[in-house]
Amino acid sequence: MEKKFVCHKVSEGIIEGDVLLSSDDLCFYLVEPKTGVVIEKNHSLEGQSIAGKILVFPSGKGSSVVQADGMYQLKMSGKGPKALIIKYPDTVLVASSIIMELPVVDQVDEKFYEQIKNGDHVLLDADHGSLTINP
Amino acid sequence: MELSLEEQEMLDGNYGKGVQIAMKIQVALGDVFNAQRMVPVSRTHVALSNQEADLWFVEKMVSAGAKCRVSPTVNPGFNLEYFQCITTISKKDEEMIRRTRKAYKDVGATLTFDCTPYLEKNVPRFGEITAYSESSATPFINSVYGARTNRESAQSALCAAITGRTPLYGFLLDENRKGQVLVDVQAKIKSDFDYQLLGYAVPKKLKFKTPVFVNVPTNPSAAALMNLGAQLNTAGNVPMYHIVGVTPEAKTINDAFQGGDPEYVITISEEDLEKVHEDITDPGGKIDFALFGCPHFNINQVAHISKLVKGKKLKVKLWIMTSSLTKELASRMGYLEILQAAGGDIVDDTCMDQPCWEFLYGKKGVTDSPKCAYYTKRRNMQFVIRNVDECIDAAMRGEI
Repeated sequence: MEKKFVCHKVSEGIIEGDVLLSSDDLCFYLVEPKTGVVIEKNHSLEGQSIAGKILVFPSGKGSSVVQADGMYQLKMSGKGPKALIIKYPDTVLVASSIIMELPVVDQVDEKFYEQIKNGDHVLLDADHGSLTINP
Repeated sequence: MELSLEEQEMLDGNYGKGVQIAMKIQVALGDVFNAQRMVPVSRTHVALSNQEADLWFVEKMVSAGAKCRVSPTVNPGFNLEYFQCITTISKKDEEMIRRTRKAYKDVGATLTFDCTPYLEKNVPRFGEITAYSESSATPFINSVYGARTNRESAQSALCAAITGRTPLYGFLLDENRKGQVLVDVQAKIKSDFDYQLLGYAVPKKLKFKTPVFVNVPTNPSAAALMNLGAQLNTAGNVPMYHIVGVTPEAKTINDAFQGGDPEYVITISEEDLEKVHEDITDPGGKIDFALFGCPHFNINQVAHISKLVKGKKLKVKLWIMTSSLTKELASRMGYLEILQAAGGDIVDDTCMDQPCWEFLYGKKGVTDSPKCAYYTKRRNMQFVIRNVDECIDAAMRGEI
């Protein structure tokens, strides 16, 4: 069953993919660039790969350079996420996403968070501010 | 967003391609955060990192003809000439640092290569509108000086340096600088090191809010405040904090919350600090080296270590990373000589998160900095985290 939710564009783009949920904030530098596997100790995604996923997480964290460096290396190796769905946009994550041309949205309808499960297929349309589960 | 005539001309490309790219990114940023307009900045700091993304972006701006209107101070990469004397630097890493230096020079940066610009060379006044990247810098600018900056990325700060503008949003606005969460520090804060643990312990409980600390000492050192800011932005994302009775926008609790109430209160106990310490440190054992200066040590911190090692011999190699100004001062005051006699050294213009330390990969060291230990996970360096005195003790015994 298709379900559509409203969201807000952070960085432009339209893309489809499977969702990976993280309850913890994310620093892309603590992701192994060759594999896309999260290497941060005690992170809810530790040992899992974010490659090719639409990542759902609260916010970015970490120093003002490593976020872009981590994201860039993942982009170059093709092991980065397809898009991001975030709750709290911060300048570092937003600027990095815009520069790396990674689609990102925020201000997602709360109901989306109630329904979304790991592995769900999602169509993310940042340009028109919509998210569709199982399109 | 409403742009002035000049800003619109920047966006239209009348000031060249580089300025146009920078302005375009800033307009996109402003749109995300609902900025109504741009404002001029009078200071900037770019967290140069000498990594692929950093070099890619600055070279892109240089080749597009960009020149900084407001020359930024910059973070360290590594001191090529120093490391070529003590280890082998690969051709690739040598070429990278040379290109980084050249690109930042060409874009019009001030080549300080120091991550604590707020202590020397780039010190703002109260209320000044600025654009600082670097995790320990942003909170220091906002909280300690009461100047204003968002938590810029290296790239967004470089855009601000190039256009001389930043979108008006976030921590540049009065209403967003108010405290939101009261942090009642029940743990006894006795040393600069305790601020490291405090900074690391708070973000998990904070959820993106601005903390107001109470029950901490009212006369913290510069190092304590550096540590607090650095760790708040390693464990989390905290562009600003208040300490009641210490920071300029928090003379009283009422001031800090701008007359409102805290959204909630969190308590930091002795156990919280012990728990965070346990979580982040690698286990003790034999160590191979000691590394300090993340963020860069100031002269008082250098003096302290020099006092501890005076006339003694270290069992493992020890480095203190600092600015070239501080190294010069340490040399003038005899601290460098004392350190070298004990088997240690000071290295300037260098960050711990650089390939120059490859000879330490796979080895275990001691440091006083959780930030140092966190980012070097990528480089397979292990760190036992202790206060400076315990680190020095360990460095003399070769184990902890």
